[in-house]
Amino acid sequence: MPSKINSSGQKVWQVRDRNGQLLNWALWMGAAIIFYISWMKISDQTTWFFVYDAPRIAADIGGRALPPKWEYITKLGKPIWDTLNIATLGTMFALIMAVPIAFMAAQNTTPSKLFARPLALLIIVSTRSVNSLIWALLLVSIVGPGVFAGLIAISIRSIGFCAKLLYEAIEEIDETQVEAIRATGGSGWQVMVYGIVPQILPAFAGIAVFRWDINIRESTVLGLVGAGGIGLQLQSSLNILAWPQVSLILAVILVAVVIGEFVSAKVRGAII
Amino acid sequence: MLKLDKLTKIYKTGDKALSEVDLEVPKGQVIALIGPSGAGKSTLIRCINRLVEPTSGSATLDGINITTLNSGGLRRERRRMGMIFQEYALVERLTVMENILSGRLGYVGFWRSFLRKFPQSDVDEAYRLLDRVGLAHMADKRADELSGGQRQRVGICRALIQDPALLLVDEPTASLDPKTSREIMRLIVEMCRERDLAAIINIHDVNLAKMFVQRVVGLEMGHMIFDGAPEELSPDVLTRIYGEEDWEATIETVDDDDEEDGS
Repeated sequence: MPSKINSSGQKVWQVRDRNGQLLNWALWMGAAIIFYISWMKISDQTTWFFVYDAPRIAADIGGRALPPKWEYITKLGKPIWDTLNIATLGTMFALIMAVPIAFMAAQNTTPSKLFARPLALLIIVSTRSVNSLIWALLLVSIVGPGVFAGLIAISIRSIGFCAKLLYEAIEEIDETQVEAIRATGGSGWQVMVYGIVPQILPAFAGIAVFRWDINIRESTVLGLVGAGGIGLQLQSSLNILAWPQVSLILAVILVAVVIGEFVSAKVRGAII
Repeated sequence: MLKLDKLTKIYKTGDKALSEVDLEVPKGQVIALIGPSGAGKSTLIRCINRLVEPTSGSATLDGINITTLNSGGLRRERRRMGMIFQEYALVERLTVMENILSGRLGYVGFWRSFLRKFPQSDVDEAYRLLDRVGLAHMADKRADELSGGQRQRVGICRALIQDPALLLVDEPTASLDPKTSREIMRLIVEMCRERDLAAIINIHDVNLAKMFVQRVVGLEMGHMIFDGAPEELSPDVLTRIYGEEDWEATIETVDDDDEEDGS
């Protein structure tokens, strides 16, 4: 209680009382000790020789990687196109599956709180908690290596993400607009199309381009585990220590990501 | 035409919002439902079209017991009860025209409504109503571009295009300035007269209520404690509905306004 009366009968105010002040100080002290212990532990387990050597090695690799091997670009057109397709189609499939899951998960639209909602939440949590690289690793062994495995990996990883954001948007809609449509005698589906969908459409579009943007970045690495796209070239170039090829691939990925960001920023700007 | 019989609503929390309300509204009569906030006015009109499920009792519209209808029957009867809301409750991101035509959803199949292919007769009626409320040039504006008074006019159009027998009006003027409030009340009452509609208007502005209706019903803590002509609203009655206050001034101003608007 910061407000109290001192000996001369004056009301004084301070943000923390004495115990609060002590607790605050103790917490900072604790944080400092933990930081020190962690630092010591990391330091003990680090071979400092390699770290001192790092600038020289980095300069060495940089020197080998530059200039990029420009003529290699003819071999990158198809892989980067595959990567973009994985991201785009993966996002589309994810959205198609995320929409019904979001409606099942939202408190105000779920058909049953006992069965459908927990199921939907389970799907959301389980697809979200596994990284797409790990999904790809699994799927490469199931459906075989190639673009298809990457596509499925990206869509599964995106379902939970899209469904979660979308169901939060559904829960935030203005219920009186829904009530008004219901009061006209509209059916359940009409209430959905007139009362709910217009309210969540901006959120839906925002989620779609946001996820697409993320998926472009994620799909560039899927090739590392054999799931198609430009990551495949990256992997093989790294294996044969072809540094000029690696630097060119990184440059191509950078350009693709920048274009993706640009498009999604434009789309989001247009919606809001 | 509308008959409420011992209509009762007890919320899950145990709050008794309505207790055994009996009310009969003949065809074409406009009544004002007054009472303090939390008296159960909104609950009462929502129990009639079952946006809120009544706990017991019945509401009967032209001989059909609404309280026992299945969902299909309820939807058919809801078409005959137009509702107007306090915060307009327009679908903000749809156009004025789409909002008005949404009043026809009960009559149009899903795919036609999904594709916005409403029958030409509905579209004609929508334009007629827009013209009547003075918003003919606004048809393609988005609802969120309109001012409060304009939105409420669109809300009125949406309720009227249902071709209802009864209007349920929930605090139509609570979000509007005094002048617009009167215009909206006047419009609602005029429309009811033109179409011989019954209406229940929830309103907490006693002056405004007395200006426009022939019958006032007072609700307090879910009980109906007054039912009579506006002139019968004495300071005594108002004290019973709202609690102790100097009501003389309220009644004075109403008399003045009545002469002014007594056309």
